[in-house]
Amino acid sequence: MASTVATRVLAPVGTAGKLFAFALDVVVALFKRPFQLREFIQQAWFIASVTIVPTALVAIPFGAVIALQVGGLIKQFGAQSFTGSASVLAVVQQAAPIGTALLIAGAGGSAIAADLGARKIREELDAMMVLGIDPVQRLVVPRVLATMMVAIFLNGMVSVVGVAGGYFFNVILQHGTPGAYIASFTALAQLPDLWEGMFKALMFGLIAAIVAAYKGMNAAGGPKGVGDAVNESVVITFLMLFVVNFVVSAIFLQLVPPKMG
Amino acid sequence: MGVEIQVTDLTKSFGKQLIWGDVTLTIPAGEICVMLGPSGTGKSVFLKTLIGLLKPDRGSVIIEGVDIATCPEKQLYEIRKLFGVLFQDGAMFGSMTLYDNVAFPLREHTKKHESEIRDIVMEKMELVGLLGAEDKLPGEISGGMRKRAGLARALVLDPEIVLCDEPDSGLDPVRTSFLNQLIVDLNAQIDATFLIVTHDINTARSVPDNIGLLYHKHLAMFGPREMLLSSEEPVVRQFLNAQKVGPIGMSEEKDADELEAEKDQDLPPLPPIPLQLEPSNGIPRRSQRAPGEWCRTHGVEPPPGSFEPNMTMATGA
Repeated sequence: MASTVATRVLAPVGTAGKLFAFALDVVVALFKRPFQLREFIQQAWFIASVTIVPTALVAIPFGAVIALQVGGLIKQFGAQSFTGSASVLAVVQQAAPIGTALLIAGAGGSAIAADLGARKIREELDAMMVLGIDPVQRLVVPRVLATMMVAIFLNGMVSVVGVAGGYFFNVILQHGTPGAYIASFTALAQLPDLWEGMFKALMFGLIAAIVAAYKGMNAAGGPKGVGDAVNESVVITFLMLFVVNFVVSAIFLQLVPPKMG
Repeated sequence: MGVEIQVTDLTKSFGKQLIWGDVTLTIPAGEICVMLGPSGTGKSVFLKTLIGLLKPDRGSVIIEGVDIATCPEKQLYEIRKLFGVLFQDGAMFGSMTLYDNVAFPLREHTKKHESEIRDIVMEKMELVGLLGAEDKLPGEISGGMRKRAGLARALVLDPEIVLCDEPDSGLDPVRTSFLNQLIVDLNAQIDATFLIVTHDINTARSVPDNIGLLYHKHLAMFGPREMLLSSEEPVVRQFLNAQKVGPIGMSEEKDADELEAEKDQDLPPLPPIPLQLEPSNGIPRRSQRAPGEWCRTHGVEPPPGSFEPNMTMATGA
């Protein structure tokens, strides 16, 4: 009896270990030749095509909400001239990677999990292994790299669209001063903030793609299994991304001291 | 020339459920073997264990001196190049046309020119009767066509070992006969070792050199075709002759009451053993034995009417 309880309690540890082992497999396969350039380009194009428009649409209200919240708060302190910098800091450091993460996991990751899951239950992956081709190297590595690359680009796009959205709300709707908004851009924000955002996006892309691929490749039990795999991959990715976001932000704050305006 | 597969004490279970245990057999090089068994006895699992897709709990599968069950991943991928595998549903890559599917192994593993690839692919497509369907996607064709396309893909690298997972399920009787003829002809041509998993009795009775029967979590019997077809062993005889009387019930095993009820029923006589399917060009295969040879050398009297040409294929009681 004790042993069954132990196995139940330890089951999640086992799953986490398998996921980590899978991630290591991907890293090893990353260096195996030949690199699947064609698959990489196709996947990058595909992931970009399913994420660009939703990401842009998410970025505008993100920037707007920050502008409204921060704008209102900052007014009470009588520091309206810093609205721009606060908004840039929030968008570049937090909103852009998080917005990217949501879309990469929700649109890109779910597509990867569904695709690999369907291949798994149709025995396509088995067939590939039997033909002497490692599906991790052939299918997963290009997808992981493509997701990471698209995540960085999306991060850049969300930053730009978010800041532009913030500008629009602050200047047009809250009657802020355009000059002050733009002039204060660099008052609090600094270049490392941009690196941080990009680094986070890179990590999110990596995690989303690996979790999705792992879940897809371990789908079992027919079409329902594929649905479950997609569902689980999105939920797990979301949970992991928010934890990773917190950890990376905390470390970054220690490493790079905030700029004193 | 084909390659021998040595299976020793192979045991596989999923969780606590034993699938089969202590399977020991040698699949001789260049011969055609059929693995039979009632539905759900793990025939497909057996096949997947032979190619290393599933790891057995115990035992070994030795091919050219390499133990598939324990060898490192890298060696496994090398050994698998000897195999051509036909999966139950064909397992075609859904995003590629049939042509690209069949060309896939060539493009991945050889440095052949597109024109050479085209010749080989077209030859294999013709072999399985799919000329004209090269540009179709796997989703657009019938299950039988997918299966034949899967066979074309399995053959494209000239494998030493061909494994077929139920090549005849979902095919009409005519296509099944053609496919069986194709398997025999291929064996004559390329001398590859064939292992066919099926529960089609006509195939099992007329195609192979050897038959194995998986039943009730173990290998009930494995040996030359004539040995099993003339066997009095209840399970073997019931299954190979598609009879209701015998130890196999609707749900795996019959219970004591059912066995008691049919205790006095006479088993119907063994039907005659049919002639083995010959290559269509009439030249005997390397591994082919003369009809009745095994029965003669082992002093077994074959059922009356055996080995007569043009005998009916009807089975069952």
